[in-house]
Parts: sequence; C-alpha cells; structure tokens
Amino acid sequence: MNTYLQAGYGLRSWLLTTDHKRIALLYLVSITFFFFIGGGAATLIRLNLVVPDSGLISADSYNRAFTIHSVVMVWFFLIPSIPAVFGNFLLPLMIGARDLAFPRLNLLSWYLFMAGGTVALWGLIIGGVDTGWTFYTPFSTTYSNSHVVTVLTGVVIAGFSSILTGLNLVVTTHTLRAPGMVWMRLPLFVWAIYATALILILATPILAVTLILVAADRIGGLGLFDPRFGGDPLLFQHLFWFYSHPAVYIMVLPAMGVINELVTCFSRRRIFGYRFVAAATLGIASIGFLVWGHHMFVAGMSVYASFVFSILTFVVAVPSGVKVYNWTATLYKGRVQFKAPMLFGLGFIGLFVMGGVTGLFLASLAFDVHVTDTYFVVAHFHFIMVGGTVSAYMGALHFWWPKMTGRMYPERWGQASAVLIFAGFLLTFLPQYLLGWLGMPRRYWHYPPEFQVWNVLSSAGASVLALGYLLPLAYLLWSAFFGPPAPDNPWGAKGLEWTIPSPPPKENFVEIPHVDEPAYNYGEEDSHG
Amino acid sequence: MAMSGIAFWPVAASSYAAQIDWLFVALVVVTGAISVPAITALVWFAVKYREGNPADRRQPPQRKVWLEIGWTTVPFVLTLAVFVWAAALYRDHADLPAEGLEISVVAKQWMFKFQHPGGQRELDELHVPAGQNVKLLMTSQDVIHSLFLPALRIKQDVLPGRVTALWFKADRPGVYHLHCAEYCGTNHSLMGTRFVVMRPEEYQAWLTHAGEDTALAAEGGRLFREVGCSGCHENRNSPVRAPNLCGVFGSSVALADGRVVVADEAYIRDSILLPGRDIVAGFKNDMPNFTGKLTEAQVQALVAYVKSLALAGDEVGRVQLPPNGLAAGSVCRGAVR
Repeated sequence: MNTYLQAGYGLRSWLLTTDHKRIALLYLVSITFFFFIGGGAATLIRLNLVVPDSGLISADSYNRAFTIHSVVMVWFFLIPSIPAVFGNFLLPLMIGARDLAFPRLNLLSWYLFMAGGTVALWGLIIGGVDTGWTFYTPFSTTYSNSHVVTVLTGVVIAGFSSILTGLNLVVTTHTLRAPGMVWMRLPLFVWAIYATALILILATPILAVTLILVAADRIGGLGLFDPRFGGDPLLFQHLFWFYSHPAVYIMVLPAMGVINELVTCFSRRRIFGYRFVAAATLGIASIGFLVWGHHMFVAGMSVYASFVFSILTFVVAVPSGVKVYNWTATLYKGRVQFKAPMLFGLGFIGLFVMGGVTGLFLASLAFDVHVTDTYFVVAHFHFIMVGGTVSAYMGALHFWWPKMTGRMYPERWGQASAVLIFAGFLLTFLPQYLLGWLGMPRRYWHYPPEFQVWNVLSSAGASVLALGYLLPLAYLLWSAFFGPPAPDNPWGAKGLEWTIPSPPPKENFVEIPHVDEPAYNYGEEDSHG
Repeated sequence: MAMSGIAFWPVAASSYAAQIDWLFVALVVVTGAISVPAITALVWFAVKYREGNPADRRQPPQRKVWLEIGWTTVPFVLTLAVFVWAAALYRDHADLPAEGLEISVVAKQWMFKFQHPGGQRELDELHVPAGQNVKLLMTSQDVIHSLFLPALRIKQDVLPGRVTALWFKADRPGVYHLHCAEYCGTNHSLMGTRFVVMRPEEYQAWLTHAGEDTALAAEGGRLFREVGCSGCHENRNSPVRAPNLCGVFGSSVALADGRVVVADEAYIRDSILLPGRDIVAGFKNDMPNFTGKLTEAQVQALVAYVKSLALAGDEVGRVQLPPNGLAAGSVCRGAVR
C-alpha cells in the first residue's frame, strides 16, 4: 500500500494537495524557514548587546531587528507551530478520521499563511519596520517612518489563515470522531487543540479589526487613537491585548497537550486526573480572555481595573498549576524512559514552571510597576514561549517524526540537542530576569555599563541555544532522506496514530477503527515490579 | 548607579522601594513553596521510577479527588495573600499626596523636560530634594513614553493628550538612573540619564544655580536678536536659509558630509565660532564667523539660549499642559525672553 508520501512526487502533488498530512509538512517547512529568519534577528540583537554601546548596528537597525524577531516569531512561527503542523497532522489520526472536515479550506489556510508571511517579510526586511510586534499607537499610526502598513497587511492575511484553521479543527473534532471515540476518551492533545482552535476563532478577528484600524488611522488620518482628534491611544492597547493575551494561550495550550502525550508514553502510565487536566484546558482558554489588562498596569488605567485584572491573572494561573501537579503525579510508580522527546518534555515542565511563577510576580500590582517593560518581562515570556512552547514543539517533532517521515533519527543526537537547548536556554534567559529586576528596560539598543556582565552571559547562552537548534536541523534533514525505516510504533505508545503504518497511508485508516478504551490505556499488568 | 562589579540587587532610594523589595522576597518564598515541591517530586519520581530501576510499582493511583482539590486551592490561597499585599501597596501609591513639590514633565522623542516650581528647567536629568514628597505631572508631546526610576521601583507611562502623575519621597541622596521604559522610536534607549536626589540645602543651591542659567539664557535671547542671529534663524522670510534652532539642542543633526552628530554644548559653540566646520545637511555655508566678535561670556549666553529653546519645545497647542505650564511663548514657543 502506498504511503501518503508516495501518493505523488511532483511539485503539483504537494502544492495542490488537500491531504492534511501533506499540508502539515508544508507548514513544517514554512515555519522552519520563518524560525531561522526570526532566529537570525535574535542573533543580531544579542550580538549588539554584548557591549553596552557597541553600535554594532545602528539604533534604527536594532529596532528593526527586534521587530523582525517578534513579528516573525509570534505570528509566523509560534502561533501556527503546534496547531498547524501537529494539529493538522495528528487530529484526524488521533480521532480516527480520514482528513479534516474541510480539506480544501485547509489548503487555502496554508496559502493565506504564505501570502501573509511573504507580505510581512517584504515589509520587515526589504522595507524595515521599527514598531515592535505591539504596534503601539500613536507611534505606529503617526510617528513611525517605516513600512508599518505592509506588515499590518501581512499579519491580517495570516490572521485569516488562523481563523480558518481554527474553524477546521473545531468542526473536525465535533463531527469526525470514530465510533466509540467519546469526548472523555479523547487524547488530551485533542482537547488542547480543540480549546486552542476556539481561541483562534474568537480572538483573531479582534486582532484583524485592530490592525485594520491602525492602518486606517495611518493612511486616512482617522485619528481613532490620536488624542489631538479625540482619539485614545489606550483604546489600541485594550484591543491589542484582548487578542494578544489569549494568543499566549494559543501558543501554550497545544504545548501542554503535547506534554500529556509525552509524559504518559514515556512513563507508561495513564494520565493522572484526566478530567481535571481536560477541565483545566478549557478553564485556561476561557479565563485567558479576561486578563488582557495586566499588560497595562502602568499605562494609565484605573486602579480598580488594575485590581480586577490582577486577581483574574492569579486565577488563570491555577489551572496551569493543576496540570504541572498532574504531570508530576503521572510519573509516580511509572516506568520512565529518558528518550529524546521525553527530555524535551521534562525540560518543558521545568521551564514552564519558572515562566509561570514569574507570571505571578508580574501579576502582583506593586511589583509589576517596577519590572514591567523591563527585561524581567522579556525573560518571563521567553520562558513561556521558548522554554515552554518551543521545547514542546521540539518534543512533538521528535516524538511524531518517525510517524510523519517513516524514518528514525539518531537518538543520541536528539538527547544531546534536548540537553543543549535546556542549558542554553537557562543561560540566555535567567540573566534577563536579573537584568529586569535591576532595572534594565526592554527594547534598549544601549544600556548602562553595570548591566554588561549579565548581557554577556545572556549572549553566550544564546550561542549555545543557537547550536541546540541547528543540530536538529542537521540530523533531522539527514534522517528524512537516509534515516533507518521507522516501525509503526517505535515508542510503544498508545493512541490511534500508532496503530497504523509509518508513514501512514493516504487515507489514514483502511477501516475506520472502533474505540472501546480510554486514552493512555497503558497496561497495568506489566506495572508490577 | 555608580555600582561596579556584578549587581544582584538594585539600589533602593526610598522606603517605598524597600517595601517593594520585601514584596519581592515574599513572592520568591510563596512561589518557591508552590513550585519547588512539584519540581523536586518530578525529578525524584523520574529518577526513582526510571525504567530498569527496581521499585514498588503496585497499584498506582489514577486519580485522587482530595489531592486534586488540595493542589488547586492551597497554592491559590497562598498566592492570594501576595495579591492583597501587592494591590494594597499599589493603591496606596496611586493617590497623590496633598503636599509636595510639583514638577512638570513634558516628554518628547527623545527627551524628558522638567520644570521646577520656581521656573528652573532641566533636560533629561532630574534633581529633587530628599525627604520631601515630589509630584511629577507628566504629559507627552508625541508618542507614549514612560518615566522609570528603578531606584524608587516606580514607573508611569506618559501619554499625549493626558496628564499622568507619579509621586515619591526619596530618602537617600545619590545619583540614580532615569529611563524611558515605553518603546518610543529610534533613540528610546538614550532618553533620560540621571536622577539626582540631593540633600534639601544642596537642592536649594542647585535651584539658585539653575535660576542663573535661566537668567543667562534670557541674556542670550537678547543677544540673539542684537547680533543678528534671529534675522536668519528665526525669520522665515529671510533670503538666507538657516536651520531653525527650536528643539535642536540634544537632538541628532544630520550633516552635509553624511555624519550625524548630537547637538551638545560643544556643537552649538563650534557652530557659532567655526560655522564652516559642521554644515547641516540641506543648507549652505552662509553663516558669518563670530570668532573675535563675541566675548566668551556672550558665547556662553547664546549657548544657554539655544539650549533653552530645546527645553521650551517646538510645538504648542498639541498638548494639554501641566498646571504650571512648561511651554508658553511665541515663535519657538516658551523661549526665554
């Protein structure tokens, strides 16, 4: 039987495919490209900051570099990363379906993503934009002399890709589950993708509207955010964060979903407290919509509003904590294997916990006043988005790589990369907490000399991190063409995707399976020992 | 500032800052209490139950409702205590005290302009007396900025079209940082420099001296018209095109030969005495050389005047002004006359 990779070899067979697995690979290649563009910009930033006033690149180039880094990493890597690659590839496999509900819409989503990415890159690199990914008004509307509208256009187009992907994932989860695959038997990754898809559908339109208003203000001088014409710059911040805070959960929920799969498989245990973890997923997705104002505690918002957003932020931390405790309990009396995906998974938990508790620091009003807009915030969200999401993404890549490509990669190299990334990450971002606490503001091209030691450490860590990310690029590329063939279930994992060949046939399941067991049904019979 | 070596703890220059530091300690303790046990257990379980290691693996639990409820509620209640403390500190500091020294702040790309109650102005640096309430009433002429005083653990965004306020009582005389914390464009990281907390008597002396600067600038303004600078630099109908000097001081100037220089005292001085050296891009070398025509004192007065033009700002009417009105005047608004 032909695998989905053998269903056609020409360029057409890829560019006009409606197979969710092929589209997942299209996304994989595209976002890998964007990841290294964003990484290149990060390299420039860290190089410039080795010396307090290096002037290695000009102030304007520096501002453009962090704008490239943030826009590309947020919208063209992190947001699509796990949902568009692994959501696409795995959702139908995990629920026992032959494809997503709307295969052609799925292909359209990828084209929109690429169109948006091309336009945004054009604006960012050929034109140059210096607003940061936050586009704060009135800087973005009136004062920035750069290609703001081009980048806004790119992001809005990519936003439609997000919305359509979200729609596809939600409808698929509702309508295409195999017989017997009831909600409480779904792998928790599916719950996570489902919750994420809801956020994609509900939050992304707000971003599109907001960015269109910025463009209208900039081109047409509407003055919506300009106090000279009765507009309000804070209105923009409310609208922007109404999307952009839930967007953090778009990045993190799927990552948590991946961790459920890794922790259960590599400890050979059912997840501890399935219902609590599933409920926590939905809890984060809903409360996550109510905390946007915690980005604005010094912006000039009312004290009362600050109280409300602060307490809600403490509340949204609860379900995240619940998950960490449940993962820990899952290992108890398990049979833990430190395979490469598991190392990435364990790394995720450690870094996510640090990122999470520092989130509580930032939720604490009086403390936030000191550290907001400093490197403390930069460290915090990199712990969540890189330490968290990117680690989980790498874990997912190593876990499902044999299924996707039908090839194994060298295990030792995978483990080495997991350790390197973990160590490089800590060295890069721990000093940044300290820098923020000491009072170094973010987005600084030039900084006071007493901060140099920590900046040098951070840049040194960044080079280790870069190596950690280049390594998998090399051995996974090698594996894709020369790796030894993968068995159907190399990890001995549970889940429908492991019951079919690697790589899967075009139609996934020759016969639609009937599900009669809970998720992660790792046999208890062999757990005596 | 003035720290050398490796810094771990930021200097605290007020009792409020010390309270924030205690809050920080509490946060470390509480978040440690809820996360260290989990991470410890994670590592411990991973090692103890690693594959191949003999261990008792009989009847592992699938769920324990009391455990789930416990680790849902206990951490939340613990962190709630921190929320209350942090919120109370924030609230107490949100209200401006009735009494206090009122300093107006106007932010613009890329400088902070301060005006003391006696009319003394300063650029980027802020001098304040220790032991006294100081209220900053702030507005922006262009984009959003944020005044950040790390030694006091406070910051507040500065918005166009609005007056926001920040207050503090610094206890410890010294020189600290003053930063812009809200990204505002090209020279965001160069905005703001020093925050100087002085003993009250030193502050008085400083005010007097700064007052003299103001008088010097007024003298310079008179000279500016007398020796004819205003004929080209202020008169838009002049046949000779000369750069407008409003807001020049402290800004980056692009020169005809492609260099970009910062217009500091030395630059202004050179421009008067050696006008052919640094020609501003887009202008001809039309300026007469004033070497030998002005006394040293007169040059100083002119430099002080040009400096004051920057402090005064270049556009008025766009901003709502703080109560004691920083910028007021004509052509180059607020110029000292």
